[in-house]
Amino acid sequence: MSDTKDTKTAPGIRELAEITGRSDTRDVLAHATKQAARSYDDYFVVDIDAHVSEDHFWTEVLELIDNDVLRQIGLTQSKGFGGSNALLNISPGLSHQSVGGRIGHQGRREPVEGVPGHPFVTAARRGMDAMGLDYQIVFPSAMLLLGMHPQDDVEVELAKAFNRWMVEKILPQDARLKGLLYLPYNTPEVCEELVAKYAKADDIIGFTVCSTRNNAVHADCYMRLYAMIQDSGKPLAFHSGYHWGDPSFAQLNRFLSMHALSFTHYNQIHVTNWLVNAMPERFPRLKMLWVESGLAWIPFLMQRLDHEVLMRPSEAPGLKRLPSEYMREMFYTSQPMERTNMKLLEVTMEAFNAETQLLYSSDWPHWDWDAPSTIADLPFLSEQAKRNILGLNAARIFNLDTTRKKPAAAQVLAERPGVS
Amino acid sequence: MSDTAMRQKRDVTIGRLEELQQRERIVLDIEGIGVGVYFLHGEVRAWLNICPHQGGPVCQGKIMPRTVQKVGPDQKSKGLGFSETERNIVCPWHGFEFDILTGKHPSNPKLGLRALPVRVENGEVIVTV
Repeated sequence: MSDTKDTKTAPGIRELAEITGRSDTRDVLAHATKQAARSYDDYFVVDIDAHVSEDHFWTEVLELIDNDVLRQIGLTQSKGFGGSNALLNISPGLSHQSVGGRIGHQGRREPVEGVPGHPFVTAARRGMDAMGLDYQIVFPSAMLLLGMHPQDDVEVELAKAFNRWMVEKILPQDARLKGLLYLPYNTPEVCEELVAKYAKADDIIGFTVCSTRNNAVHADCYMRLYAMIQDSGKPLAFHSGYHWGDPSFAQLNRFLSMHALSFTHYNQIHVTNWLVNAMPERFPRLKMLWVESGLAWIPFLMQRLDHEVLMRPSEAPGLKRLPSEYMREMFYTSQPMERTNMKLLEVTMEAFNAETQLLYSSDWPHWDWDAPSTIADLPFLSEQAKRNILGLNAARIFNLDTTRKKPAAAQVLAERPGVS
Repeated sequence: MSDTAMRQKRDVTIGRLEELQQRERIVLDIEGIGVGVYFLHGEVRAWLNICPHQGGPVCQGKIMPRTVQKVGPDQKSKGLGFSETERNIVCPWHGFEFDILTGKHPSNPKLGLRALPVRVENGEVIVTV
């Protein structure tokens, strides 16, 4: 029996609304703000992998295409059947990320009317404040599959247009937003042009290759590109993705099966080629970052490659150490961090020196995102390890200023109690 | 001792049973504690609005019928279907699902929502927080 009795309209009691694809980011993430207030509000936090929902603003990107013919095709498609996927190779009917509408934040369209600035920047700023982020690095979304586009010139033109859109329209509007330049990796000479053009851009803090593709990363056509990136001092990130059209994955009848395997598949292939062909010896100062494959694949690949290289050193003659030793010098992002077995996760983190090599990533607003609390609440990490993973490792490799940029979590909650 | 344990217990009348039956769910923030109250098959349940996965606002997502795998007597698949009786609370953060009446996850019964005391008195639904 209780001591007092009230109705739902009494002071201190509010009814909470359903969270939908139209909800304000601050309402969707209010529980993350409370987590920040509780445990990591004084941490410097960098989110290495969040996403632009560029399809919402796709016409803005299409208008920046240099090539007259492709721009005309893109804009025409955008007004018809192609819509917000004009020129892209994604398959909307196979995009099951929302689990039949159960998860509304991926692709959400929240109210931003009356707020000055670009709608994406408004939504991103709300997300950063709500999660307690000092910086957020944004990647494209639908463009993650462009590496499998059959038309190389389309990848080139969209890459150039997207990069311009990011550098000229989006990133200047908030100093906490940073970008990694999209490299149209099917056309190495254009990648080199883009690195030369943007290597010194302040808001471009690295370069990214979308991993979903069949290019061998050790191919000689990329050596000049790697040398240029190495000389820039900025990291090269391989952002993984999925591709249900891959013949191996065509056997899988559920999105979850394909998604679980493909995000680790592409980065495993690229890391394997990178190591067996001794790329770390050839580009020893190139900072390599592997994005959005989770963590469980890392100790698997370490052991598997060590085992094979020990038996067949003649097939990896450029290596001077075991593959696992090179892998311990690479960098990884955390999401989607497997954690149904804490003991396995702890051993996994030990295997690749997570304390210095792991960078927190949210993947917000995608369906399988991770809140910063996934790191802050880990029972086996030291305070320093948590601080490193949540932000200080990123500051080191991306050369970020670590002075506080975010508002206090209590202030965020006070300014918008929200509906959640 | 947790903040919740130190707080004075409080009864909150969330409304008439008919209203809850018609709406199926009412979610409240009671001085910082979120609670979702549900009605299904004549039963009332109250669950804490915190997902055991990452702490998301679990009671504020969609309510969906449980998805079932239909299998024939020959063990051949008859495709997917919706349960006619079971309904799930879906966390809007990541899609974790929990049975409205048991609070359990369909794939891992060890994972569940935290129940709060709820009762019906004189047609009024009262939750204790």
